[in-house]
Amino acid sequence: MSEYILELQHIVKKYPGVLALNDVSLKIKKGQILGLIGENGAGKSTLIKTCSGAVIPTSGKIIVNGKEFTHMSPQLARENGIAIIYQEFNNIKGLSAAENLFLGNPIRKGIVIDKKAMEEEAEKAFEQLNIKIDPKELCGNLSVGYQQMIEIAKAIRLDAKVLIMDEPSAPLTSKEVESMMQVCELLKSQGVAIIYISHRLEEIFRLSSEIVVLRDGEYIDTLKTEESNVDELIQLMVGRQLKESYPKKPKNIISDEIILKLEDVCGNGDRHVNLEVRKGEVLGIAGLVGAGRTELAQMIFGAVKKDSGKIYFNNKEINPKCPKDAIELGIALVPEDRKRHGAILHNSINHNINMPIYDHFSKFSKINEKIEKDTTNKQIKELLVKTPSINQLVKNLSGGNQQKVILGKWLAANSQLIILDEPTRGIDVGAKFEIYKIINTLVEKGKTVILISSEMEELIGMSDRIIVFSEGCITGELQKDEFSQNAIMGLAANC
Amino acid sequence: MNEKINIKENKSEILNQFKAKAIWVVLLLLVIGFTIANPRFLSSNNLFTIARQVSMYGIASIGMTFVILIAGIDLSTGSIITIINVVCAYLMVNLGLNIPVAIILSMLLATVIGFLNGALVSVIGIPAIIATFATQIIFKGAAYIISGGVPIYGFDERFKVIGQGYLGVVPVPVIIMIVCFAVGSFILNKTYFGRYFYAVGGNEEASELSGIKVGRTKFLIYTLAGFFAGLAGIVMLSRTNSAQPTAGLGYEFDVITCVVLGGVSITGGFGKISGVVAGVLIIGVLTNGMVLLNISTYMQLIVKGLVLIIAVGFDCYQKKHSTT
Repeated sequence: MSEYILELQHIVKKYPGVLALNDVSLKIKKGQILGLIGENGAGKSTLIKTCSGAVIPTSGKIIVNGKEFTHMSPQLARENGIAIIYQEFNNIKGLSAAENLFLGNPIRKGIVIDKKAMEEEAEKAFEQLNIKIDPKELCGNLSVGYQQMIEIAKAIRLDAKVLIMDEPSAPLTSKEVESMMQVCELLKSQGVAIIYISHRLEEIFRLSSEIVVLRDGEYIDTLKTEESNVDELIQLMVGRQLKESYPKKPKNIISDEIILKLEDVCGNGDRHVNLEVRKGEVLGIAGLVGAGRTELAQMIFGAVKKDSGKIYFNNKEINPKCPKDAIELGIALVPEDRKRHGAILHNSINHNINMPIYDHFSKFSKINEKIEKDTTNKQIKELLVKTPSINQLVKNLSGGNQQKVILGKWLAANSQLIILDEPTRGIDVGAKFEIYKIINTLVEKGKTVILISSEMEELIGMSDRIIVFSEGCITGELQKDEFSQNAIMGLAANC
Repeated sequence: MNEKINIKENKSEILNQFKAKAIWVVLLLLVIGFTIANPRFLSSNNLFTIARQVSMYGIASIGMTFVILIAGIDLSTGSIITIINVVCAYLMVNLGLNIPVAIILSMLLATVIGFLNGALVSVIGIPAIIATFATQIIFKGAAYIISGGVPIYGFDERFKVIGQGYLGVVPVPVIIMIVCFAVGSFILNKTYFGRYFYAVGGNEEASELSGIKVGRTKFLIYTLAGFFAGLAGIVMLSRTNSAQPTAGLGYEFDVITCVVLGGVSITGGFGKISGVVAGVLIIGVLTNGMVLLNISTYMQLIVKGLVLIIAVGFDCYQKKHSTT
């Protein structure tokens, strides 16, 4: 019998063309809290999904309580006491706390659900975790913190020996984080093993005894928490050399003219954002997933209304009520989710590119098809979109070419400020380089680019200036000579 | 790379062409089948009857095509037809208005009802199936109140021209239908609204982020659906020469079947007017053929229901098995 309750040995997960996990191992003892850290895309989620059975590893072993498995299934995971608390909860809002706790296997008297017994049991379960929830209260009326507690209680009631928590503090207020951590410590003292994933290093330092660091799907190191420090962790998380080359930038094209200015903008999860962007600049926005970068872009683009504050564009205050308003002003957004928000996949390249400007060249709503075609042909030629015809449906194009079509749409609309949200996600290296070249061409033509990216190399390689977001606020600004992955990560993790 | 794209394109292209052709084959088979069963089916007399019968489906199907293109539904079509029958007749007979004024006022009413549907769906955000179901019931009730539950008749002879007249050898309602198909096709293919309809049906979020005002587009579509349903109502009134308070009962069902049979995807984004023409003809041929073969009205209902299931089933089955 091993002293470890859960061991992952040499886990490899290959997807076509991508190595998501490359020989990752970790082990955890009963009553231990293990911190698991890494950047966006380091492989943390894939790793925990191999534990839950959602991902089948290509090779490697999973050893639970001495029993060896090549892979898990959701049922095996449950039977062996592995439970995962995801960021999204599985609670049903219209049912009470007690009913949610017993979801799937309610206590019954014959065919009738025994509500009273469930409420009593729930009361006990909550007490055991030292939390005060009225079992009769509807889940929808409970705060996010309590809903998470119900999830934890559910896992414990099903006799979880290993609890894996994926960014548990992300949706919580600071008070709730405190009580969540207390529950973790209580569970630890009761012998439950916890794998705690968080971007917030201070939580990791307080709770864990050991920390596992992943980077780009590779296992980097396991550290004793008491012997480590924040700087070392950041260094391990980001410590890689700039591998890719970036096209050389033309010089001195940033003018003094301020094209976009935000004054104390609040809303959509962001707080008190103050920002100035100069014409011809590439402004990088760094931050972890959910730090409020996309949310800011949505407000500038009019897709979501801001609560307060002022946005100035070309020295005029603007208040875009919908994307169309922003587009007419000369603002464009290339969204993060290309397939869902960027392109209309089942429509042709020709239609996609002209969509924002049809009303500009139509007479009595009849389209001038010559202008339509010319516009598309011009963009396809300039952006080197690989396609047999302009009538090709966008869904049949590769990711890089789809992205070019979306960019072409905004060039055709003559946008002055182009916000790119993760523009190179999921596209191959060659196409990435082409997108970078396009970004340079844009600024050369006097356009302004805001580049939101989770790839720090990309930000450092492409930006003139980088601002960093953390939890809805700007936590810092870096000039070109201050660029480093450590500096960005430090500001993004806000410590 | 380019080769790969070509193969992909060809595959979906072939499938789409097959689908577009299959519907005409079905139509041809139906015609052959009914002709064998009853040679009278192919008489020019009967064919003109079919053409006149389907004209109302055809006219109303234009609006329904737009609605279904954006993955919506309009269940109020039948009630709009009824209320336009009753109101137009009331204006002419009870208020003694002349024909053009009565028609214009009635069409205005139909458009306003469509606009109302649009408001419920787009501004308030009620699911289309509920919003238009509610307006269906409301205007059904209103038609009974206005007519007092009894038919209104006794129109000026000239009113008959719309539904019963001929231009040369072609019945006037058929000409109106053809003009409507042409207008529908023009809107879909030549105006930017058409592009918007396909875009919104394909992906609402991406459309909004591409600068389409999705809410306004929906407004326009339901308003147009009201307009075309109203026009179908006028043609029907002229054809039957009296306004029945049950005139359009269940019409939406046939119109939806025509549109879906014609290859307009119930989940939005795909479809062509040419397909809808075939769908309309199939329903016309089927209805007429069943009457010729003395199939009971009740049996006809069962057949029509099955046809709708097959049409939608074909579309949905294909979607389900192609997306993965």
